[in-house]
Amino acid sequence: MTHQDNPALRESATFPQDMISMVQTMASTGRYEIRGWGAKRKVPNFDDLSFITASVSRYPLEGYRERCETKTVLGTRFASKPLELDIPITIAGMSFGSLSAHAKDALGRAATNVGTSTTTGDGGMTEEERRASKYLVYQCLPSRYGFRPEHVRAADAIEVVVGQGAKPGGGGMLLGQKVSERVASMRTLPAGVDQRSASRHPDWTGPDDLTIKIAELREATNWETPIYVKCGATRTYNDVKLAIAAGADVVVVDGMQGGTGATQDVFIEHTGIPTLPAVRLAAEAIRDVGMVGKVQLIVSGGIRTGADIAKAIALGADAVSIGVASLIALGCNSPFYEKDGVKVNVTADYHALGTAPGYCHECQTGACPVGITTQTPELMDRLDPDEAARRMTNYLKALTMELTTLARACGKNDVHHLEPEDLVALTIEAAAMAKVPLAGTTWIPGTGL
Amino acid sequence: MTATTESITLDVHEMGVTEVNRALRALPDGSSATLTQIRGAHNLAVGLTNKIHITVEGSTGYYLGGLCDGPDITVNGSPGPGLGENLMSGTIRVNGNSSSAAGATAHGGLIIVSGDVSSRAAISFKGGTLAVAGDCGHMSAFMAQAGTLLIGGNAGESLGDSLYEAVVYVGGKVRSLGADARTEDLTEADVAKIRDLVEKSGFDHINPENVTKVASAKQLYNFDALKNQRY
Repeated sequence: MTHQDNPALRESATFPQDMISMVQTMASTGRYEIRGWGAKRKVPNFDDLSFITASVSRYPLEGYRERCETKTVLGTRFASKPLELDIPITIAGMSFGSLSAHAKDALGRAATNVGTSTTTGDGGMTEEERRASKYLVYQCLPSRYGFRPEHVRAADAIEVVVGQGAKPGGGGMLLGQKVSERVASMRTLPAGVDQRSASRHPDWTGPDDLTIKIAELREATNWETPIYVKCGATRTYNDVKLAIAAGADVVVVDGMQGGTGATQDVFIEHTGIPTLPAVRLAAEAIRDVGMVGKVQLIVSGGIRTGADIAKAIALGADAVSIGVASLIALGCNSPFYEKDGVKVNVTADYHALGTAPGYCHECQTGACPVGITTQTPELMDRLDPDEAARRMTNYLKALTMELTTLARACGKNDVHHLEPEDLVALTIEAAAMAKVPLAGTTWIPGTGL
Repeated sequence: MTATTESITLDVHEMGVTEVNRALRALPDGSSATLTQIRGAHNLAVGLTNKIHITVEGSTGYYLGGLCDGPDITVNGSPGPGLGENLMSGTIRVNGNSSSAAGATAHGGLIIVSGDVSSRAAISFKGGTLAVAGDCGHMSAFMAQAGTLLIGGNAGESLGDSLYEAVVYVGGKVRSLGADARTEDLTEADVAKIRDLVEKSGFDHINPENVTKVASAKQLYNFDALKNQRY
């Protein structure tokens, strides 16, 4: 019987069905949940903002006739070879290991098609990924799995990862079923171990050390390669200031909606701050240390649409990174995969994992029904890298068109000219977090305005 | 055509670290360089791939010889943290002590320290070799995945915490073992490996047949809530 059969049944707000299930699972197994994706709870986000586009007092650009610049340059502070991207949308760091080689290949090719960058992950750089990606950002993570000097030199940018939005303060995980012979070899691990990554770097511990670490990477790359510092969004204002003080060219801030291949659910849902306040705090930090136009800001964590991107840029980001959304573009959570023009329904495979298309976050199992987050050859074959690259290219193009549509409507001939004044908030929480006025008022909570 | 080898002296204080590193990078294989006026400089001789010999006359700051894949380095002094971090190949011989995280994440190569090393030596080792004549600080070989740590003296607390396939040999006493680390009996292969390392390092105070071997108990390789793991 459900509440539809009997309207008198009342679900507890404190113990809804999913919470009852979680408590009972912990009671029966002694385990907590480890899963993929990002926070599933609703938090204030970019949907809580709206653009106040051109009107009598503002002059819009023609949507399809007047150019709106999307070129984005990252790493102008110290690096002699900054990245010049065609669009301000980059692919976030996701490891080979967490993702299949086909998925990494497809993301790299799509990024190349639209003139943007993709990023390695915890586990090193694969030849396929380097070959497919015109611009490849190489992550320097606490584990240093597969971290090799020749890849440092082969990278177009280096991202020192302090933390990520899904698990700030925590290390990564890759469960044994995904630690294949190749993954294990790249990471110098025994195949099949439940691999855990360190939560802090092995050779530096604080911002003063980080300054020296960044300098080391610059020496190793002859001061040519941009150095990013990526933080999970927690104490964002101070973290961004410290990253800048340490010498970062680019700061990457990943909000709590940011995804992961495998982490404790308690981390995913209960740590960090949403992307919405994180971008504003990061932009304030950059402004307050006088680094606007010198240090670039990349924001990630739950970015899905051109509207999200436009709002992030308006609040101060120079670019965004997308992770989970890019996997969805490849086919994540689709009820079918497509091979040789034939759609094959895999709903039963989702059910076997105890989930369903549209709800799946079982990346940690390595049993991805559509072949994206797996190292099992027969599952990997379900993702056609050509088709996946085509889909991802389309998605990036559509995002860019949405972004420029909004920018033009705000009268901007460059997406980077979007500004907080173009936005209002639809909720009091969003007004306070983004520091833009509540729609229809001049009120910005917490500012005295 | 074979490039002519060179023998040069570089004044670190006068040139600055970046110019010194560029000069080192430009040297043909077989060349040698002596670094003087060190004054604790960080990031000396990092990211080099040429087969050269570098003599460092003094104590350095962080990351001496980090990210290197080729040179042999002799240090007449005491390097700071992260000595030879992520080393791929080559030798670093320290006539002195070394600070924390010596040899961190090294994939290969040999680091020899004639004195003591501080905490977290050989952390996240990925195949390198670190030989220490004296004592080693706490949390050494933490999460070490592959490679060898030889300690001639005593080892600090939590030695070998969360070890994978790396092996630690201790000539002196072990203050305590870390999670999932255990002592094992020496095999003939172990003794042969230690003997070779003793010869290379010149640590004749170490008896290859009388050291404590520490390796992974492999109880944390796979998560198991019923074994009270803290995963």
